[in-house]
Amino acid sequence: MTFRLVDAPARRGQDAKAADGVPVPGKHRWRWLRSWVFMVPLLAVNLLVIVVPSLEAVYYAFTNWTGYGSAKFTGFANFRMMFTSGEFWQACLHNVLWTIFFLIVPMAMGLAGAFMLSRITRFRALFRTLYFIPYVMATVVSSIIWENLLNPNGGIGSAIGFLANVSFFGNQKLALPSVAFVNNWQWWGFLVVMFLAAMQGTNPMLYEAAQIDGARTWGQFWHITLPSIRPVLMFLALMTIIWSFLVFDYIYIITQGGPNNATQVVGTLMYTEAFSDQAAGYASAMGLFLGVLAIIVVIIYTRIRRRGWNI
Amino acid sequence: MSLAASLGRPERTASRHYVPRALQARRLSRAVFYLVLAGLAIYAIAPLVVVLFAALKSEQELAANPLGFPHHVLWSNFSAAWSQGNIGTGMRNSAILAGGTIVGVCIIAGLAAYAMARLDLPGGNGVIIYLVGVSALPIQLFLVPLFYLWSHLRLYNSLPGVIIIYCALFSPFATLLLRSFMVSLPRDYEEAARIDGASELRVLWRVTLRLVAPGFLTVALIAGLSAWNEFLIGITFLQSTNLQPVSVALYSFQQGYSQNDSLISAAGIIMLLPMLGLFLALQRHFIAGIATGGLGGD
Repeated sequence: MTFRLVDAPARRGQDAKAADGVPVPGKHRWRWLRSWVFMVPLLAVNLLVIVVPSLEAVYYAFTNWTGYGSAKFTGFANFRMMFTSGEFWQACLHNVLWTIFFLIVPMAMGLAGAFMLSRITRFRALFRTLYFIPYVMATVVSSIIWENLLNPNGGIGSAIGFLANVSFFGNQKLALPSVAFVNNWQWWGFLVVMFLAAMQGTNPMLYEAAQIDGARTWGQFWHITLPSIRPVLMFLALMTIIWSFLVFDYIYIITQGGPNNATQVVGTLMYTEAFSDQAAGYASAMGLFLGVLAIIVVIIYTRIRRRGWNI
Repeated sequence: MSLAASLGRPERTASRHYVPRALQARRLSRAVFYLVLAGLAIYAIAPLVVVLFAALKSEQELAANPLGFPHHVLWSNFSAAWSQGNIGTGMRNSAILAGGTIVGVCIIAGLAAYAMARLDLPGGNGVIIYLVGVSALPIQLFLVPLFYLWSHLRLYNSLPGVIIIYCALFSPFATLLLRSFMVSLPRDYEEAARIDGASELRVLWRVTLRLVAPGFLTVALIAGLSAWNEFLIGITFLQSTNLQPVSVALYSFQQGYSQNDSLISAAGIIMLLPMLGLFLALQRHFIAGIATGGLGGD
């Protein structure tokens, strides 16, 4: 009797699984169609907004389209113009500098912050919340904050002597690092949260073993923490590269690419070409360039992922 | 166990001389950690506090005392910014955009995730690769043709037009997040409902949705935050002042000729407050979504 009572629910569970794996004939025939019906809204919106315009952009990249009316096929003219334009290469260089900055500064701050947070017992949640607050702020708001603070006629500059009369966003040499600094202020807390979540998944036995072996804090970070969060680290590094090539908001809002193109990146250059200079075909060529770069990075990402992150 | 113990409080009874050197070093390093972490917290929050102070000062006081606490608190800056900077209109428009995007993304991603996680969608792996690939495409690539298409469809300069774009941009991420959430839940309840003869839509509505509610909350928060903070689509696709979202209204206010830093700061605080409040109230869901999804934000 007792045997049965225990046995019955288990068998019912098995039956349900069997019904799921080996479907009832007749009902199965239309099942695939019905499941695809659920995908219709997603695919419709995606095709309309992203896929169709992207394919159009590929076509327009080979035309002299102005953004309105008809377009004439011009072959590789846009690409020839792009790759011989000093402005374009200068913008690419700024993207490369931006990428290097974001692969180093926020990554280091995020790793250091997360590692220290994983090592303390009190106030961990409080610190995490405080670090994350800038990330929920809009680009426009954090730009306003820092434009106020770094304004040579007010803010920190007028309060701290040696910073007075330094125009951070107006100086050709300082503008790009200053905008990157503002973007980093908003960004690094996100990395702390991501890294901390990954570090909390690390097996604590590993640290115990390392302590017994006499490994100091730095050694533990280097030999245990870093290898254990490698998937997240690689993912965020590759995303950083993509995002750095697509950067637009901060530069458009704070400097509009100026002064004298000192902060011009491909994203802002493209926007100007498309919407101010009516060179939509040329802008599409730049967009295609960015799209191909992003796809290359994604392919690298999937390759590395398949190989299990062992680079 | 010993790790937890070693991280705990040092015993008060032990005399300093008997504390092992390793433990002393660990105590020292922990003190350094707290100092650095506090410094980072000041770096993250102090600019926000300074701008809050600026929003409460008169223009004259801001010039004389740019960083300190306001002596004469001027709450009227907020109402002035609300009306002068079109911030009120912008807040209304952004609320519509965020609300519409949340509803749209939850429906679109919910249906798709359900098909992928529960209905054994044939070709499901292909869909995952498709979604990852689509979310990696730069907005700049399709922005100009989309602009042209939207003017043709009369969706340019309309809030529903922008909501459709946001739904398309945010639903791939939301679908992947909800799918992984649904995959992790047991199927037993749904099977029971099916055996009782419930239709597929009814199973989704009455059973799965109840179980996946936390996942939907996370998706709604991230989609709402992204729509609220979004700038590039907003400034490109919404031309009329009375349709501009708050991000664009704030930008035009700041770029305008009336350079009143107190009012601009007040306007920025107004835009920030709803999201800050939401984040502080529901931060566990925010952080869970961002940590598991990993693709959140812009």
